Amino acid sequence: MEKTVMDGGQALIKCLEAEGVEYIFGYSGGSVIPIFDAMITTPGNIKFVLVRHEQGAAHMADGYARATGRPAVVLVTSGPGATNVITGIMTAHMDSVPMVVLTGQSVSWMIGKDAFQEADIFGITMPVVKHSYLLKSPNEIPRTVREAFHIATTGRPGPVLIDIPKDISAGPFTGDLHAEMDIPGYRPYAEPLDTAKVKEIAEAVSKSQRPVILAGHGVLISGAQDVLRALAEKLNAPVTTTLLGKGAFPETHKLSLGWLGMHGTAYANKAICECDLLLNIGSRFDDRIIGDPKFFCKEAVIIHVDIDPAEIGKMIRPQYHCIADAKLFIEELSKHVGKLSTGEWLKTLDGWKQKYPLKFKRQGNLKMQHVIDEFYKLSGGKAVVVTDVGQHQMWAAQFYKTDKPNNFLSSGGAGTMGFGVPAAIGAQFGRPKDTVIAFCGDGGFQMTEFELATAALYKLPIKFVVLNNHYLGMVRQWQELFYEDRTSGVDLEGNPDFVKLADAYGIKGFNLRRPGDVKRIVKAALAYNAGPCLINCEVEKTDNVFPMIPAGKRIEAMIIDAPKAGSKKLEKPTGST
Amino acid sequence: MINAKPIHTLSVYVTNKPGVLARIAQTFSRRGYNIESLVVSPASDGNFSRMTIGVSGDADGLDQIIRQVSKLIDVLRCTDHTYDDAVVKEMGLIKISVGAEERGEALQIAEHFGCKTVDLTDESMILQAVGDPAKIDALVEMIEKFKIIELVRTGKVLLARGAETT
Repeated sequence: MEKTVMDGGQALIKCLEAEGVEYIFGYSGGSVIPIFDAMITTPGNIKFVLVRHEQGAAHMADGYARATGRPAVVLVTSGPGATNVITGIMTAHMDSVPMVVLTGQSVSWMIGKDAFQEADIFGITMPVVKHSYLLKSPNEIPRTVREAFHIATTGRPGPVLIDIPKDISAGPFTGDLHAEMDIPGYRPYAEPLDTAKVKEIAEAVSKSQRPVILAGHGVLISGAQDVLRALAEKLNAPVTTTLLGKGAFPETHKLSLGWLGMHGTAYANKAICECDLLLNIGSRFDDRIIGDPKFFCKEAVIIHVDIDPAEIGKMIRPQYHCIADAKLFIEELSKHVGKLSTGEWLKTLDGWKQKYPLKFKRQGNLKMQHVIDEFYKLSGGKAVVVTDVGQHQMWAAQFYKTDKPNNFLSSGGAGTMGFGVPAAIGAQFGRPKDTVIAFCGDGGFQMTEFELATAALYKLPIKFVVLNNHYLGMVRQWQELFYEDRTSGVDLEGNPDFVKLADAYGIKGFNLRRPGDVKRIVKAALAYNAGPCLINCEVEKTDNVFPMIPAGKRIEAMIIDAPKAGSKKLEKPTGST
Repeated sequence: MINAKPIHTLSVYVTNKPGVLARIAQTFSRRGYNIESLVVSPASDGNFSRMTIGVSGDADGLDQIIRQVSKLIDVLRCTDHTYDDAVVKEMGLIKISVGAEERGEALQIAEHFGCKTVDLTDESMILQAVGDPAKIDALVEMIEKFKIIELVRTGKVLLARGAETT
């Protein structure tokens, strides 16, 4: 047992170091002063990034984790510092992103007595964490930190919170830095792969003539992209991904159908309606994908493979399921299947690809799609693309094709506006050599734009693309389509001059207004690497995203192109948001 | 009494840590399930506790909640014993208002149900009943002819029989 003279804060930093933590994103405050002090007094390699708002820290850690597959640490103070990270924790939880959040807390004997800056963050965050701890003794630190990282990164990943009272971080540490984990209730790995079940699934797959493989985020988390590709090629079966699964299968591959769902490709959605077998690997059948669950894939054999047993049958009851890690499952399945006779099916799908391509007009006012498409072409499709939430997010997903894992980072489940700017910063910290492009709307951008200071300070060469239509465009689109164009609470009048704003932070800015300037300005932005740059794109104000499956409707109700003016009024959607 | 939705009896084996009850309760309440009864006690190994939870709601959704509860880090296992042949017991204390002239009849009923009289005054008595929850239901129904002043029930506890694990 290694006995040392140190305080809880120092023990904490040593334990984080032992976990291989590269970055801590955080914000100081009274109850975490001992930990901030320990960062100075404990030599090591961890780098601390001071953000401008705690929400920024959480999304940075999130972006870092999504871009690298490794967890980062968030460190904030008690009370408001802690409550400010809740959105970030919830965002990570919804999308299964590993994260360890350290919050300061009042001294132990004041907890529950309304001490200054006291909040019951352990209680408040309970529904949005994978697990959480409230420390009772400095000596619990090593075991807790080890458990937190183990829980955050294994099985279905997620955020873990450790609430640290100030007397714990300041108190003497007399424990064992190498304390063992003690989590008998945690079984993150699916038991040894049920090979009999895989064989049954292989038999079902072998009978299919119109299969579709649906690859979710689980494929990326498991690192199964290569085996998935091999499987698809062996079967000669088409693959569609979820929004978060972008990159699980190369979107430029001839077997790719792009991504599916509410604003996914028409051909992926049509394929879901017509397939005779759906092999879902690592997707949780989100309501944005299935539309009306009563009608989802009615004619098809549905197979659901997930590492989380609670996902099986939650939305859709599959005929076959397997609780497994995506990679292990695919490797085993591949042994028992061969080429399917999918010739006719692929021909049909190719026909739909020809008939219903993703498209936009380059004439007229500047289109978001045009800017995104140009970034795609001029960056060779190799950039790490980070989005905010809204119309631009859907278009970024449509027009920036993703071939590699962890290259498309977006708040899918939570749909957190304000995610884009800080997540891009976290991604650039994690992938310093890669080009990072943040596509943001003018709404979401303003929710976390203060983190431009962080990007400027570290000279991160991120391209912040503000696709500025002066509207909360997605809601405006719903109001136009389903609420007889009564726009309510969506006009962002009073937007600042974003280029001047960038200038105030010492960030290079570009204004882009005319379609004719797109190529020149995108090229200049991509070539500028002295630090961040911001491209304010004054785009068409009232453009709409298509295809669109109205929320809660069956997929067959997909609207592929913009309805003609004066056409029949659309019913209000019944699904969630 | 006929319930539209059956009460399910779940046994949850958990590590004895702060917050575990809140996490479990939250999992049920978020999906709109009502906890009808709840007993928490230390297990034979003091590091663990056993919870016996009576919950009403439809069986389909419950399967999913059981999986979500099982997934909680502090939960070792969560099993539904509703349709098992487990040993299920409950205790009830019933304080009734009885004077000297009714006491005989009350004691007769108590004896029939194997109750103990654990408190007796000129105006009242407390009966202690242990057994099958349905038996306690029946007792309460019978004893209602007297005025029930107060009533408390522990909620079900259960153990699986023989070689079965709870």
